[in-house]
Amino acid sequence: MELLRDKAKSLLKSGAVQVVIGYAAGSATDRFRPHFARSADEADRLVFGDGCRQNLAVYLLKPEVRAMGKAAVVGGPTTLRTLLQYAVENQVSDGSAVALALEDGRVEELTSFAAVEEYLAQRPHGLSEEDRAELEQHAGRSREDRWAYWSGELARCIRCYACRAACPLCYCEQCITENNQPQWVPVASDAFGNLEWNVVRAMHLAGRCVNCGSCAAACPQNIRIDLLNQVLAQEAMTQFGAEAGYSVRKEYALSVFKPDDKETFIR
Amino acid sequence: MAEYEPKIIAFVCNWCTYAGADLTGTSRIHYAPNVRVVRLPCTGRIDFMLILQAFGQGADGVIVSGCHPGDCHYTAGNFHARRRWMLFRRLLDFVGVDMRRVTFSWVSAAEGAKWAELVNSVVADVRKLGPYEEFPQRLGGPGQKPIEVA
Repeated sequence: MELLRDKAKSLLKSGAVQVVIGYAAGSATDRFRPHFARSADEADRLVFGDGCRQNLAVYLLKPEVRAMGKAAVVGGPTTLRTLLQYAVENQVSDGSAVALALEDGRVEELTSFAAVEEYLAQRPHGLSEEDRAELEQHAGRSREDRWAYWSGELARCIRCYACRAACPLCYCEQCITENNQPQWVPVASDAFGNLEWNVVRAMHLAGRCVNCGSCAAACPQNIRIDLLNQVLAQEAMTQFGAEAGYSVRKEYALSVFKPDDKETFIR
Repeated sequence: MAEYEPKIIAFVCNWCTYAGADLTGTSRIHYAPNVRVVRLPCTGRIDFMLILQAFGQGADGVIVSGCHPGDCHYTAGNFHARRRWMLFRRLLDFVGVDMRRVTFSWVSAAEGAKWAELVNSVVADVRKLGPYEEFPQRLGGPGQKPIEVA
């Protein structure tokens, strides 16, 4: 914690960054809220703990945060992957943001995309063992059971779009759900609209999702929508060898193609 | 009671499959009348949401068809579409949508006979599966009571 605060203070003091985006204590001991430290005093309120799961990279693209100047963002591997995926999508330029990578109480300052790439290359890629086992358990059930589970789960969706707000890669200024001519996604929280919204959300993140889990963590109904993203990420990996957020030179899975992509279902 | 007739929506590209379906007609080949053809510029234009919309408005089966790989009028639209379908199919299957009701195909402008065969086989398959009743319907959509305003 002290290491992080000292690092933040020195960055702010030297003028290397104007704001450090980290976590501060929230409304309960196990809750944390995003904190924008712009002075040494504010940096003293930075904390880090197990409950700090929100992907803070989401704030980098907000106009009001950009107006503060150059930012340093605190986070783990998925936050770093977000940064690289932003770079792939031309949202952040090299050197315009600093990453403060936290691991086992240590803080590493990464100032360039190359440094972030190198840092990530030394860490495990892909889904964790538990995530993979959970996906397999879901996929292993019969189609009827999968439909019963998901139609039941998605029926609970209240369409608050907290998943969209929490997702660092859902940054479109006008989302397709706001279009009403034509109205692709019905506004009401009904079975069809909920299915469509959740499928659309996952598909628009296909090959881009960095699996930070912020969507599911933000869901007030505790629907495991991150599973939909994971299944697509896994499929993009098996089919195309594509993993989002590990290299700034790789286009994401659905923006490119190979003439010899192999499939077995087209008649 | 009349025999159940499946409703099939076909999203086809303007340059290959639509011309192919046209050839089926001009060749006087008979095929199942259950298909409603929707013509779009290119398979690359066929948004995956169209497939959901079709089911949400009462379709029992969907056909998506375009140019063979390498034949796209816009050079690469079908390659992009293929990748999208590969991921989309996996996602729909994961949430338990009945993927036997969605058929992807390449039908060229010269394959009038293949189009007839494709439609006939899809209609036969969906007829066996019956109406897709478990799929939620879009509120206020066709065949539904209008939403009542108090």
